[in-house]
Amino acid sequence: MTRKHDDRVRPAPAGTRKRNQRSRPASVGLHAALAVAAVVAVFPPLWLLITSFKPRNDAFSTGIVTHFTFANYTHVLADTEFLTWFKNSVVVVGLTTVLGVFIAATTGYAVSRFRFPGMRPLMWLLLITQMFPVAVLIVPLYNLMATLGLLNQPAGLVITYLTIAVPFCAWMMKGFFDTIPVEIDESGRVDGLNPFGTFWRLVLPLARPGLAVTGFYTFVTAWAEVAYASAFMTGEENLTLAGGLQTFVNQYTNDWGSMTAAAVIIAVPAALVFAFAQRHLVAGLTAGTTKG
Amino acid sequence: MVAPVVLVIGVIIGYPLVRGVFLSLTDANEANVERNIGVNHLPATYKFTGLDNYKAVLTDGVFWDRLGWTVVWTVGCVGLTFLIGLTLANMLNRTLRGRTFYRLALILPWAIPAFISVFTWRMLYNEKNGILNKLLAGGGIDAVPWLNDPTWAKLSVIAVNVWLGVPFMLVALLGGLTSIPGELYEAAEMDGAGPWQRFRNITMPGLRAVSSTVILLSTIWTFNMFPVIFLLTRGGPGDATEILVTYAYRLSFVDSPRNFSESAAWGVLILVLLSVVAVVYRRALRKQGEVW
Repeated sequence: MTRKHDDRVRPAPAGTRKRNQRSRPASVGLHAALAVAAVVAVFPPLWLLITSFKPRNDAFSTGIVTHFTFANYTHVLADTEFLTWFKNSVVVVGLTTVLGVFIAATTGYAVSRFRFPGMRPLMWLLLITQMFPVAVLIVPLYNLMATLGLLNQPAGLVITYLTIAVPFCAWMMKGFFDTIPVEIDESGRVDGLNPFGTFWRLVLPLARPGLAVTGFYTFVTAWAEVAYASAFMTGEENLTLAGGLQTFVNQYTNDWGSMTAAAVIIAVPAALVFAFAQRHLVAGLTAGTTKG
Repeated sequence: MVAPVVLVIGVIIGYPLVRGVFLSLTDANEANVERNIGVNHLPATYKFTGLDNYKAVLTDGVFWDRLGWTVVWTVGCVGLTFLIGLTLANMLNRTLRGRTFYRLALILPWAIPAFISVFTWRMLYNEKNGILNKLLAGGGIDAVPWLNDPTWAKLSVIAVNVWLGVPFMLVALLGGLTSIPGELYEAAEMDGAGPWQRFRNITMPGLRAVSSTVILLSTIWTFNMFPVIFLLTRGGPGDATEILVTYAYRLSFVDSPRNFSESAAWGVLILVLLSVVAVVYRRALRKQGEVW
């Protein structure tokens, strides 16, 4: 974990600069403030984890686990549709990520390298789509999916998620492609590659960090999407995780035990993916939005 | 190379958008759209009604009520998130023991899918048994109806959204802070500038580019933040916490009969509002000599 800091400018050791010297009370205050903030940040997920190991009837006890149990986990995995939802989510999110990254990369490359009529409007369209509220697209998409018979089908959700992920990712990819020298493209052309060949064999491998970031972004977005998943998927066996989790705790049932266990299983892979990506995510986000 | 890209973008974004605008000009609802019942195919019977929906929405108080709360929600969330993020970023941007630990703890909320966090908060907020009220009871304070009283519900949803949003602000601003050369501070100190002066004259200008980007992004995200409201309160109690996006969703997917056309009109209005905000914001930045 400390390795992550190697690439940043380390502040000079304390003592060489006056502002790094703190009085004792200031130091205590700083640590206290940060500790409080850290507790606030960590407590909810931690409490979720703790609760998931409590017997169902103790879900709301204030103490730390008194009767440690895996019952919630076995119940969720064996007696509910959780694994089906998990599978649905994996299919939808996997397809979305692969397709989304491909489309975003080609789009980003086109916008970065070619000057063509309608380019500025296209850039604007990509940027503006980031502001599309769910509400603008959800009704037409719902009707479209209904007409095509894609409601309750993974394909329907994949198409929908592409509309969310692609514009943003294309914008980020443009930022990455802009950092790759044009001479590389030119040398490819001199060697007789067509534009797509240049893109696929020369430029794309160099943009691998960008691909990773857009892939992570797409994964995280799709994994956590709620609105479309709730509207387009009905019936226990068609739900994705976001929809499935809602069935544990709603106005009729209050199965907090199952909810917590399921939530932990859903959160862990996402958190792991995130841990790899977070540093690059911000760089990508700000690169994409400031270099427009 | 460009053509397929434009085509794909056009199909997955352009078509639903145009179709949404079209629907908003009709009287489409659940009963008259094209649909299949069993083997029977029913053609669409809705008709074009021009601007009637917009007239109805804009003359009805509901839209303005929801807009008012959405603005409070957005300004409150973004303002608090930015202030807290800025404070924490400044605290972390020092030589400090345990810095990596604090940093990791503080970005943890970002790593967990939002819907998981929201469900966790629902558990914490539980009026009878939630840990927050139990802690208050321990201190001799009466239970707070976190999600059942309009005012408390509003504060609660804002708190959750701030909790979710701070990590992104923190990481982005920390990135901005590390890119400000330390020599500037040294020079200022030589000239006798105090901590507050250094903050105002070096830190804030140095952060201008990154903060303008993150403020715009998080304004857009917060304005459209669907999962927090939808999963925490379902817009309730009554419609106290319903923001524009969740209300538009409710019109076409929760209420019965589903009102697709009015929902689409809400969607278009939301998009127009956001576009105006973005354009005005960009203008304002440009006037201050910002390139973006």
